[in-house]
Amino acid sequence: MSRIHITTTVNGEAAEFLTEPRETLLDVLRNQLGLTGSKEGCGTGDCGACSVLLDGVLVSSCLVLGVEAQGKTVETIEGMATDGALHPLQRKFIEHAALQCGFCTPGILVAAKALLAQNDNPTETEIRYWLAGNLCRCTGYDKIVRAVQDAAAEMRGAA
Amino acid sequence: MRYHAVGSFDEAVRISASATGITRFLAGGTDVLVQLRAGTVQPDDIIDIKHVPGVKDITRRKDGGWDIGAAVSGVELGAHAELCRDWPGVVEGMRLVGSTQVQGRATLTGNLCNGSPAADSVPGLMAAGATVSVTGPDGARVMAVADIPKSPGKTNLKPGEVITRVHLPPRGANGGDAYLRFIPRTEMDIAVVGCAVNLRVDGDTIIEAMVSLGAVAPTVVLVPAAGAALVGSTLDDATLDALVTAARAACRPISDRRGTVEFRIEVAGVLARRAASIAYARAKGETA
Repeated sequence: MSRIHITTTVNGEAAEFLTEPRETLLDVLRNQLGLTGSKEGCGTGDCGACSVLLDGVLVSSCLVLGVEAQGKTVETIEGMATDGALHPLQRKFIEHAALQCGFCTPGILVAAKALLAQNDNPTETEIRYWLAGNLCRCTGYDKIVRAVQDAAAEMRGAA
Repeated sequence: MRYHAVGSFDEAVRISASATGITRFLAGGTDVLVQLRAGTVQPDDIIDIKHVPGVKDITRRKDGGWDIGAAVSGVELGAHAELCRDWPGVVEGMRLVGSTQVQGRATLTGNLCNGSPAADSVPGLMAAGATVSVTGPDGARVMAVADIPKSPGKTNLKPGEVITRVHLPPRGANGGDAYLRFIPRTEMDIAVVGCAVNLRVDGDTIIEAMVSLGAVAPTVVLVPAAGAALVGSTLDDATLDALVTAARAACRPISDRRGTVEFRIEVAGVLARRAASIAYARAKGETA
């Protein structure tokens, strides 16, 4: 099977890879680019553990082919902390103990960041609907919702 | 598997017409890639139509209707304020499909072509009288959305044919539509029953009405008798009772893990009544 050469931008840096047509963006991120923060939970777009931004749009990277990343920008959990400083969402998740096993956490952080980028003061209902496609089997979600609200408040204050 | 990023629908059709194996057109991929990964459909050729000029466009026609490109996502549909004002029922049906992540990719066209009787965006399109432009090896044609579904997972598109655009008619004055579905939770589930109502009023009187039901038959269905029950009325209780009776009479559901035959028939009536009330209020310019 012939492999296709793809050039793309991942977390602000140029990246290139060779991929077979049926490989997903998630496979490429994890197995070729060494970005293992995005997780495969279900592989069918139901759990959100593989959430990334593709040209600024929140998507499940397990439901994107690697070849579709040609010429696009991809943002993953690895790009969330800047210069070693955690993003407010990351800090608040730690403070609120909004994770236990942590498998869903990268996807939820990426999804929550996308929410706050378009709504800096979401209600609890808005947060729960936005994150409905991010499954967590440990926390029961309450701590996640509170962490997102707290991070949003801090980010509003800092702005 | 070969991947083709085509620059035109003609090129897409050329590839699909000459393909000997299984072909899938790729827009949002939220069904195609799930089937690929689950192993239920292993395409030999995947034809990505997202680079075709215009597939991401939402355009108001001169007659006031709308053309929606085949790759317009749920997010993009929901962000279009004018379209949402004209066809809130169509948009709310599409916006119920999947999660935020799925909404970033999933399309009206894909939801239609997937052929699910429970497709959330299809009842609203049918009730609106939407049509689609189709291109294939034998040329182009326009089909009613109501003529696309054939049976669970199957459409009436011919081999090699691809939907290029969805067309919504002009909303016109005093119209309103609505879509409701029943699921046992609040989000991220497949409709047990879905119902769309599209109607127009003159004063308080309904002068046109279309009703469509999802997940109660092998395909999404239009229910002309339910629409007829509304026309000429002011949505009084007797009319609503007639609507409910007509909607339930059109149901040919199956029992499965999501709901029984009896439950689906019952709920179809309930949703028809509620969706009609919302559409009626919207047609009269009231909030609903």
